[in-house]
Amino acid sequence: MMSAGVELDRIEKTYGATTTLRAATLDVKPGEFMTLVGPSGCGKSTLLRIIAGLLPQTSGEVHIDGASIDHLPPRERDIAMVFQSYALYPHMSVAENVATPLKVRRLSRMARLPALGRLLPGQARTRREITDEVRRVADLVEIGPLLERKPAALSGGQRQRVALARAIIRDPRVFLMDEPLSNLDARLRVTMRAEITALHRRLGATFIYVTHDQTEAMTMSSRVAVMMDGTIIQCSTPQGLYEAPEDLRVARFIGSPEINVVASDTVAGWEGGNTRLGQLLQRPLHIAFRPEAVRLSAESAAQTDMLHLSCHIERTERLGHDVLLFLRVLADGAGVTARIPAADFARLDAPGGVLTASLHPADLLAFGPDGKRVALPGLAAATNRGLSHVG
Amino acid sequence: MAAAPNHRASPRRASRRRLPWGQIGTHLVLLLLAVLFLFPFYVMLVTSFRSPSELFTPEFHLLPQEFTGLKYYIESITTSPVLTFMKNGVIIALGILVMQILTAIPCAYALAKFEFRGRNLLLALVIFALTVPIQVPALPLYLGLNALGLLDSYFAAMVPFFLSVFAIFLFRQSFKSYPDEIIQAARLDGLSEWAILWRIVVPGSIPAIAAFAVFSITTHWNDLYWPLIVIRSNELMTPPLGLATFADVESGENYGALMATATILTAPLMLVFMLAQRQFVRGVTMTGVK
Repeated sequence: MMSAGVELDRIEKTYGATTTLRAATLDVKPGEFMTLVGPSGCGKSTLLRIIAGLLPQTSGEVHIDGASIDHLPPRERDIAMVFQSYALYPHMSVAENVATPLKVRRLSRMARLPALGRLLPGQARTRREITDEVRRVADLVEIGPLLERKPAALSGGQRQRVALARAIIRDPRVFLMDEPLSNLDARLRVTMRAEITALHRRLGATFIYVTHDQTEAMTMSSRVAVMMDGTIIQCSTPQGLYEAPEDLRVARFIGSPEINVVASDTVAGWEGGNTRLGQLLQRPLHIAFRPEAVRLSAESAAQTDMLHLSCHIERTERLGHDVLLFLRVLADGAGVTARIPAADFARLDAPGGVLTASLHPADLLAFGPDGKRVALPGLAAATNRGLSHVG
Repeated sequence: MAAAPNHRASPRRASRRRLPWGQIGTHLVLLLLAVLFLFPFYVMLVTSFRSPSELFTPEFHLLPQEFTGLKYYIESITTSPVLTFMKNGVIIALGILVMQILTAIPCAYALAKFEFRGRNLLLALVIFALTVPIQVPALPLYLGLNALGLLDSYFAAMVPFFLSVFAIFLFRQSFKSYPDEIIQAARLDGLSEWAILWRIVVPGSIPAIAAFAVFSITTHWNDLYWPLIVIRSNELMTPPLGLATFADVESGENYGALMATATILTAPLMLVFMLAQRQFVRGVTMTGVK
């Protein structure tokens, strides 16, 4: 196995008047698990097909290990792909499906002819090698007992394993995966998530994984590239995206429940904080803070350096370990979501459904009117302080 | 259902007793149409088993008064070249079918799955060509074959039908619904476009191909028009042409033998249809051609 780095250099794709990809640039390191995540229609699947060579880009270049591959047809790019619909050959058995890439590469054109091909001399050994290889890979993804079945007789999860086996057997430089788990039920998705991660570790190959599910992106990847409107707006580690989003759209997309976003003049009206914050909020900004940054305890309510807002509890959702509280600020009607551990929720004192929510200024993220992150000097060290010790 | 409680059983039985008039009506209409279609076949069959004297009596009997057994069948096989007609029918119908499939499949695949300039125009031409009957190019074809000295041959009987726009259209509909992702997976697996077509896509379109085979074989087995123009030798005659010729020349009076010959010549078609029936129906419903 030779894992390879993939560089995308300002990839553009237009269909007539509509632009699907604009200047998508990404550097995937060898052996990395890179996830492209974004809402449907953001161009992530198109980008994957351009890497595979199934679609031509309008402009821009794709490099593997520094060499341009744009002139190569898909079969010469040494890239395997797993599709959302699994894309198994319906009339072939599992074993034939998995063996196809090897047969195409190792057997001559004549030897691959149906029926007649088997009679040609000098291929028995190659055929045996292919059969052994199919067995080995089938055992790796645990489909050994299913080899003689047709895809129609398999469950979704089993089909996905067959698709994985067909990709693995080629020993490619790069694996591309296009929403491979989205047709599976929720429970199976969790298992397959762990298995694909383990497979990546075992193979040490470069994976480029496309999904619209932020949980998959956050749990599986070494790095995540967030795509919106045909371009990659931020590429970072899962933790980095969560704690230091560079764009309001990233902040909103990553994290569930969604980050709280309030206009700066609303925040300016909240009690407490310091004069420095008041000055900073003179400009029109979007102020965002994670639900777990909202403190509801009496101790926080007593701290003078925090922002305090009197809220009415509109609705609560119990998630087992955590509880979500949907609050409405009494003074200005702003909606705020808070997430606290269930144990703290039990101790909560909220007479008449009204309580004081507190925010540390350091937990606030500011974004300019264009959605780009704006530093709030003087309130620094926001990310580390605010979030690490909260549930 | 068997254990339905008593007090609920009675109203249910009452509703079951009410006759579904709509359904009965539909079936009556269907039955009537079926009789209309099948009656000529029935007459053909029954005439081949009865003595000719029964044909011109004023009253019509559903069954032969005097059953002649296989007499006319033996007569037909021994006195007329019915087996030669059948052989010619098989060669010509199958020859046409094989060439049609070989030419139509690549055309249909290109029209269904490739993006190229002029694709829509080509498709429009294909659909337009569907509306042109064989009678239109018949004369130029005849003159051309005559100039090449190819008249009165199997080739002349087959060549105008080697390219079927109907097959192109039908297969295009079928290929169009074939999942793109499987084709893309095959490209990544390293299969050539040609291999993708014949090894991956065509096996998924067997119902459409079977449906077309039934259409094509029926049409060309039964075709009288074109063989009548290009075939002259007795030993090259197709079933309908042979039947027509022999009805005039030899067995003009012998209706029993004529009908026995007709039965023998229709039988293979019935057989083919029955064998391909299931695939045929699937193909017709799948491709939306009715």
